[in-house]
Amino acid sequence: MSGRVEDLLRELAPQVLGVLVRRHGGFDACEDAVQEALIAAALGWPVDGVPANPTGWLVTAAQRRLIDTWRSDSARRRREDAVSASVGDGPVPDEDDTLALLTLCCHPALNPPSQVALTLRAVGGLTTAEIARGLLVPEATVAQRISRAKARIRAAGGRFGDADDETRLPAVLQTLYLVFNEGYTASSGDALQRVELTREALRLTRILHGLRPADGEVTGLLALMLLTDARRAARTRQDGALVPLDEQDRGLWDAAAIAEGVALVTGSLATSAPGPYQIQAAIAAVHDEAARPQDTDWRQILGLYEALAVLAPGPMVTLNRIVAVAMVRGPAEALEQLDAVATDPALVGHHRVDAVRAHLLDRAGDADGAREHYRRAAARTLSAPEQRYLLDRAAGTSTRPG
Amino acid sequence: MKYLILVHSDAHFLERWAGLTDAQRADFGLGHRALTDELLESGELVVSGGLADPALGRRVAVRDGATTVTDGPFAEVKEHLAGFYLVECTAERSLEIAARVPDAVWGLVEVRPVLGRGDVDL
Repeated sequence: MSGRVEDLLRELAPQVLGVLVRRHGGFDACEDAVQEALIAAALGWPVDGVPANPTGWLVTAAQRRLIDTWRSDSARRRREDAVSASVGDGPVPDEDDTLALLTLCCHPALNPPSQVALTLRAVGGLTTAEIARGLLVPEATVAQRISRAKARIRAAGGRFGDADDETRLPAVLQTLYLVFNEGYTASSGDALQRVELTREALRLTRILHGLRPADGEVTGLLALMLLTDARRAARTRQDGALVPLDEQDRGLWDAAAIAEGVALVTGSLATSAPGPYQIQAAIAAVHDEAARPQDTDWRQILGLYEALAVLAPGPMVTLNRIVAVAMVRGPAEALEQLDAVATDPALVGHHRVDAVRAHLLDRAGDADGAREHYRRAAARTLSAPEQRYLLDRAAGTSTRPG
Repeated sequence: MKYLILVHSDAHFLERWAGLTDAQRADFGLGHRALTDELLESGELVVSGGLADPALGRRVAVRDGATTVTDGPFAEVKEHLAGFYLVECTAERSLEIAARVPDAVWGLVEVRPVLGRGDVDL
């Protein structure tokens, strides 16, 4: 299938599904019908050309599939007649259907992996095989997650809600951020034809931002993704090893993405109440705006982490704030603060405490202590690239100039 | 996160197995099957399997480009791997699943996190 048709189908998938669900309800049957219509289009359009009204073509094709499904179920004759009567030449889809669909895919009855899989399929228009490649799990697992998620939504009514859309926006943002992170942490540059989950998350978040331009947190998430993804080319070496922020070649950062991200977060902080995504985006913006590591405005970063600790406290926020304290007020004070929080149940035994302690000891000139804690952190991390980075640090601590 | 649930076996287990009735052994097998079906249905299962007798294991070594294969059984092994479940779920849930493995009644089940890709910018 040609790339152009593929992109067009991904763009139209949620609109077509939205029209069907709004009209007929029954999310799961509609989703099946839309998938079949998309497959028919993917096979036909590259040969016959893209129809003049592609959305109308897909809506009509999907509705025919829906009728076929119901036709095989004689108890639904009357509904079938009602559908037949309503098949038109393809209505103008309501853009907001995408948000209603996202909300439905992030239904509270679903667990996060199911929300991710269903969002990528129903809103992103990805095939089960593409999602499986992106998430590094077998296709059967993804297929099962999707069919089970659809069954749960069916049990819950399977129709668009309207009153609860706004309250469920945080779940939608969380799912999109999960998709982004799945893609962002995947090793880059492998030869596999991987689905670009990062790009997909950005695309969907951009659509959401278009629907809710005044929502500060939607804007913040889009900015956070842009400002993080901007560093992608610099964050891994050829051999897949992680490059820490202060050692990255900043010439490889994507200046256009940074400019857009900075503009977005600056605008939203000026006009709406700050939330966790905006603050995290602001932190990423401060890092990205520094031409050299030593130009980083750590005072501003420390202030932002202090704000984040109030809005969305958590163990990682605590540790990142302490790293900022070290940059502003020196490693001794940061080590004192680390000792004070290390007994917090959320942090006891966490590898990141050891990693931060090693970093602080290293800056304080205690090479032996640093090496010891880098090793401890490496033994406890659950991330392969991070483990490698920590072992490298442990090996290099004694030889690096202080 | 992905977790590998390792089902171990040892001489004690084999003694106990010999003492079970046919019905008890059938329950054991059905317990594994039911758990796999349930994890497949929930979308948490990546893959699961039982391993053939350790006597069928073969060790492979490559020295100076030459491959040598040694056939089992390997006498020094006190405990061996009998089966595994690779699941994708939370840490807490991985322990719940492990507790449902029939072999857990004999304390032969171990849960190990699989190294992932992490989610951090260092």
